[in-house]
Amino acid sequence: MSEIVLSAKNLTKRFGGLAAVNDVSLELLRNHIHAVIGPNGAGKSTLTNLLSGDLPPTSGSVQLGGRDVTGWNPEKISRQGLGRSYQKTNIFLPFTVWENVRLAAQSRQPHAARWLSRATGFGALNERAARAIALAGLENRKDAIAGTISHGEQRQLEIAMTLATEPQVLLLDEPLAGMGVAEAERMVALLLSLKKDHGILLVEHDMDAVFTLADRLTVMVDGKVIASGTPTDIRADAGVQAAYLGEES
Amino acid sequence: MSAAKANLEVLPRGVQVALALGLIALAAFPFTGTDFYVQMVTRMMIMAIFAMSLDLLQGVTGLVSLGHAAYFGLAGYALAFLMPQGEAVSLWWTLPLAVLASGLGALIIGFFVVRTHGIYFIMVTMAFAQMIFFLFFDNKALGGSDGLYINFKPDVALFGWVPAAWWDLENKRTLYYFTLAVLLGVYAFLRRLLWSPFGRTLAGIRVNEHRMRAMGFGTFRYKLTAFTLAGALAGLAGYLWGTQTGYINPELMGFHMSAHAIMMVILGGMGNFAGAIVGAFAFEYLLHVFKDLPRIGSVNLGKHWQLWMGLFIVLLVTFAPRGILGLVERFGKSRKAGDE
Amino acid sequence: MDLANFLIQLLNSVQYGLLLFMLAAGLTLIFGIMGVVNLAHGSFYMLGAYLAWSLSAQFGSLTLAIFGGAVLSAIFGLALEWLLFRHFYHRDHLDQVLLTFGLIYIFEELRSILWGDDVHGVPIPELLGASIPLTENLSYPVYRLFMSAVCIALAAGLYLLISKTRLGMKIRAGAFNRDMAGALGINIKLIHAVVFALGVTLAAVAGMIAAPIASVYPNMGSQVLIMCFVVVVIGGIGSVRGAMIAALLVGLVDTFGKVLLPSVAGMLVYMLMAAVLLWKPEGLFKQ
Repeated sequence: MSEIVLSAKNLTKRFGGLAAVNDVSLELLRNHIHAVIGPNGAGKSTLTNLLSGDLPPTSGSVQLGGRDVTGWNPEKISRQGLGRSYQKTNIFLPFTVWENVRLAAQSRQPHAARWLSRATGFGALNERAARAIALAGLENRKDAIAGTISHGEQRQLEIAMTLATEPQVLLLDEPLAGMGVAEAERMVALLLSLKKDHGILLVEHDMDAVFTLADRLTVMVDGKVIASGTPTDIRADAGVQAAYLGEES
Repeated sequence: MSAAKANLEVLPRGVQVALALGLIALAAFPFTGTDFYVQMVTRMMIMAIFAMSLDLLQGVTGLVSLGHAAYFGLAGYALAFLMPQGEAVSLWWTLPLAVLASGLGALIIGFFVVRTHGIYFIMVTMAFAQMIFFLFFDNKALGGSDGLYINFKPDVALFGWVPAAWWDLENKRTLYYFTLAVLLGVYAFLRRLLWSPFGRTLAGIRVNEHRMRAMGFGTFRYKLTAFTLAGALAGLAGYLWGTQTGYINPELMGFHMSAHAIMMVILGGMGNFAGAIVGAFAFEYLLHVFKDLPRIGSVNLGKHWQLWMGLFIVLLVTFAPRGILGLVERFGKSRKAGDE
Repeated sequence: MDLANFLIQLLNSVQYGLLLFMLAAGLTLIFGIMGVVNLAHGSFYMLGAYLAWSLSAQFGSLTLAIFGGAVLSAIFGLALEWLLFRHFYHRDHLDQVLLTFGLIYIFEELRSILWGDDVHGVPIPELLGASIPLTENLSYPVYRLFMSAVCIALAAGLYLLISKTRLGMKIRAGAFNRDMAGALGINIKLIHAVVFALGVTLAAVAGMIAAPIASVYPNMGSQVLIMCFVVVVIGGIGSVRGAMIAALLVGLVDTFGKVLLPSVAGMLVYMLMAAVLLWKPEGLFKQ
């Protein structure tokens, strides 16, 4: 029986009078991919920010690996084992691809504070960065400046940086956004392989990918969860069809 | 806060050569110049140390402080308080103590200031520096608006032993070379720091602090450490200033001094410490030039040096915001493109 | 402290606070809407004071001088925005700091060239030269009450402008989302120019009405600038309401501090700011 690695209980976020996220609960199991889908403005991004600590909730709670992390700041949650990637590419544009990932890996380096040794000289850290780069398929681009690589490659870099901190739980915000067909296939294969050792919460618009990848789906509309279950259940759900999938087909 | 600037962290070959030549020139200078110019260049080197300390904060970490001079002045005041009226004290324990005082001041103020971002950070650094200014300006016990005199140069005897007659900071050449040694030491230390894990973290914070936090870095602690270290190094410069001039006053901690430091760092080019040195020398030289402008007709151009300085700054920020090294880099790149 | 003294200090606090508000309101609007940090804001205050001095000597009337000076300041603000500032809205804060610091130098020299370096007094208009008696020995100058009244009137005008007029609505829309406002057909460039000119004029008028009390001297801009920054930090960037409350707070702390705790008076306001920052790092009323 899989354990719950990430969960939200009655999570609500209000901005003034507007509830962007309204009483949302969900559970992510280890070795599962759980996708959150919904039309634009459904509150998916806000939910992601609540889970990663970028926004404090108005009410409700978040548990990570069994611990209550409600209200924790992003760095604390990251250290607790959550790795997050962003919808809008959030990398270090002036640095090389290698340095981007190395820096991410360095966050777990106990002597990150050392002042006089060369940053690039830590073997174990370099290996970790190399692994993440290989997983994301960027080995032949590692010396390129991040600001000069293609959009799809930048999305790959997003993932590499998320993986470099070796989290147990991955929170991925539209990892396939802006990718071409071949790149998207690559990413889907990568996510399926990552499922073995991680719990993955995925926010995505690409329905083909979602139904290929997801073990469970949660559907959000206007900040609320309108349905939650297996892909088969969701596909059959009349309410979901009306609100969301109907528009797609 | 600021756009992610690609700093010139790796110095181009040409710049490295120029720096080496500059070092040779600095080492040889006292043998060719008069006492007046030796003092002037000593002063420029002290400013260069001050500018490098700010570069750590501003160029590397991306924190624009309008109150950095406060820590410059604190060490000078520390020296003034530690130096009795009648005799000189030893440099060997007053220097570390003064630097510690500046560092401590930076730590305390940094604790409040580093929790702010963007425009707020700029304004509160300025405000707190003003607070320190008023603390000294308003209190006779701390010297008041007149400031304090430092009656002697600190004693550099090693447990009472002096190797030669010139081993004395009263000797202008000795002070010059001592300052040069400190300049080189600080430069070497900071360059090393730049490429260390700590330095890379600071650079990451400058480029994208949000992502750094998301990756698990406790950015507040890093920024506070950088703020404190920068303050301590500014204190090192301030101690040397007090040693050279023998006089310390609240103006040295004020807004204008802080702004001068910012201009030096920007003029030279931020983020690699070499630019700070270049900028300090260039800025001091420029001030000298503007103030010495001749009279044309009935207009004393030199008297209105602030106008020329102001215009220069406006032109600089409009057309060459990455400073001298930035221009060198641009020039180098366009030459390379021309060769292809 | 007896009642009369207390009343005097209270009135002084309010008057000082209101004057600070005039400066801080412009600064916080320019920060909040255009994202520009402007170190030269204090220079506008100084230029206003010198304008008041020279124009009141010309016209023989302070009132005429203030009106004329306000018009001149608005034109100056528009020109400055068009020539320089609008090209810096997208630049780094650091570049803006540098630009405006250069401007401080330039304005100081312009002032020196146009009006010289001497300290001047501006006479209080006869109409307002009386004092209201409070006790046998103490009275309060009518002119100071006049200053407060002018500030309150301008503050009310600003409030009406921003919350009740279409221009104000466009300003708020522009602050909220620049691109969207532009897409809706709001002339953002014009809005920015108007806001900037408004900020400059408010600062200059503050200098003009303060001139009879504070006198007119070089460097008067930098002292008031810092206080202004403190007010904006405490109040929160972009919040005019925050600027008002913070300005009054600063006025109270500073005025009563000088009377009750003179040895630390200079530091009290900064300690207030430190306390606010610990509680709310983005000010009391951050937008």
